Amino acid sequence: MSQNFDVELDCKGMSCPMPILKTKKFVDGMEVGQVVKMTATDPGSVPDVQAWTKKTGHELMDHDEQDGVYTFYIKKTERA
Amino acid sequence: MTAQRLAIIAGHGTLDAAYPPLILATTAVAMDLEAAVFFTFYGLEILKKGQADKLQVSPIANPAMPQPVPGISVPNILGMLPGMTAVATSMMNNWMEKANVAKLSELIAMALELDVKLIACQMTMDVMGIKREDLIDGVEVGGAATLLEFASQDAITFSF
Repeated sequence: MSQNFDVELDCKGMSCPMPILKTKKFVDGMEVGQVVKMTATDPGSVPDVQAWTKKTGHELMDHDEQDGVYTFYIKKTERA
Repeated sequence: MTAQRLAIIAGHGTLDAAYPPLILATTAVAMDLEAAVFFTFYGLEILKKGQADKLQVSPIANPAMPQPVPGISVPNILGMLPGMTAVATSMMNNWMEKANVAKLSELIAMALELDVKLIACQMTMDVMGIKREDLIDGVEVGGAATLLEFASQDAITFSF
């Protein structure tokens, strides 16, 4: 699986809650419509990123895992 | 009711009890909630200048504390011996570092950056002789009404 993305965020080596906190800050600085490729090694980040996108309204376009690295493609949306 | 706010009371100052309030409050802001943590009694220890990374955890009366050497059961009463609290604290800190968990001082810094309200309880400050200058910057001082006003509207509440 490969996706187009505009920017990258490395959260590898971080444990909860840092991947989510870093992602929130990073996405706040992005333009609406841009896609970030975020990588993490914390297995808890899988349900956490899904919960975060569900709550904030940003779009989790895709995610996968390879060799202990989780990759997420998140698109910044315009929130109501 | 969809919650817009998270209100937490932090009443304990041990290393393990200091994490949940800060993790939840920072994550709440990341999820578009407003958050406030009310520090009272031993929770004030977390806000003292230079103390956040020096909090301790004791094995005494804490049978859920994992054994230092798996398989070798250390009787809980041995936790009373001088130095055992320091040993347990050191062990916990090592595990935290290995698991890449952020230090409490880092979580507090993130909380302030994310505009989490950190409120120190005036009454217990007086009870324990803690002065405003003893606490880190960025902390408001307030009482029960301050917390309750915040918590009275669309808030999830937790107590640790």
